[in-house]
Amino acid sequence: MNKSYLKILTLIAALLLFSTTSHAAEHYQIDTKGMHASINFKIKHLGYSWLKGRFEKFSGDFSYDAKQPSNSQVSVTIDTASVNSNHAERDKHLRSDEFLDVKKYPTAAFKSQSVTAKADGSLIIKGDFSLHGVKKTIEIHATKVGEGKDPWGGYRAGFSGTTRLKLADYGITYNLGPASTHVDLALEIEGIRQ
Amino acid sequence: MLRNSPQGYGWVSILLHWSIAFALFGLFGLGVWMVELGLYDSWYHKAPALHISLGVVTVIFMLFRYGWRWTNPVPAPVPQPNLLKLAAATVHQLFYFLVLALGISGYMISTAEDDPLLVFNRVAIPAIHFNLNNQADLAGEIHFWLAWSLIIFAGIHAIAALKHHFMNHDATLIRMLTTRPQKEINHE
Repeated sequence: MNKSYLKILTLIAALLLFSTTSHAAEHYQIDTKGMHASINFKIKHLGYSWLKGRFEKFSGDFSYDAKQPSNSQVSVTIDTASVNSNHAERDKHLRSDEFLDVKKYPTAAFKSQSVTAKADGSLIIKGDFSLHGVKKTIEIHATKVGEGKDPWGGYRAGFSGTTRLKLADYGITYNLGPASTHVDLALEIEGIRQ
Repeated sequence: MLRNSPQGYGWVSILLHWSIAFALFGLFGLGVWMVELGLYDSWYHKAPALHISLGVVTVIFMLFRYGWRWTNPVPAPVPQPNLLKLAAATVHQLFYFLVLALGISGYMISTAEDDPLLVFNRVAIPAIHFNLNNQADLAGEIHFWLAWSLIIFAGIHAIAALKHHFMNHDATLIRMLTTRPQKEINHE
């Protein structure tokens, strides 16, 4: 066996290895430990301003295949009692049975069914979202913010996603006024490759 | 006749009793009503503010009442079996505890974020930093159950007073309406 033959063999092996790894979806854990992720919501107050809040506790993971986005998937579980709108008495109200009813429904969850890439590179993540005891299919519009090595020997990828929910679809019918029937969710997700 | 004597209650005790009783029933009704108000109700903000203000005033009256009780003679209990005497005394102590606990738990709801408590939009009672997790929720739940306990015991207390008046024909109810010595109170 001459040296050049060995070189070519190694190269082929390396290429094979590379191509298989790059085509398989990589698995990521959402970095909730270092909290490089957030689940935010906004809803209009009387139609005059945006009220913003977020869920402090959640967890999730995703797999991402840059070459074949349809191989990707994501699932997130939210602790509904961790709702925080920066006002204790409002949060108490949001946790009550007039809104999230967190005693009865302590978690909300999203699980993707399909991921499709649009021409501009953004993603449409279709999946089941369960909230307040109701499960519905929703679409999250997501874009990749970036990915790459982190300075500590790991590899990360991050996404932004948004979706809009009609509260009444989930059985939350407290009258917040005609301008406040929908809530916008914005997810900022950074995953650490496992 | 302002002070209590072993023979009966004085006017201060009588007025405190009825004004606080009236206030507590009002606060209960206001509280039950206000939590059901919708966002578009004009009382949505006013009712809780009034509840807080009246609550603070009631607690101040109650604190004065504790002091008044400690510095005044307690009228002799009406003749009845020891078990009922004990029950009556226990319920009275319970009222003192419940009103104070209601005041503290209510205060902890509204000051959960270290905002002062506003009394009639004039006086601000500063918040004490407890830093409890979900303080407003926890204090709210406690406040709710304390309030129901108070109202149920107040109902029992009222029924007992009427039973004393109509069945035992004793001075229990009348001595809370007049300062006449309870020995002179007799009716058929």
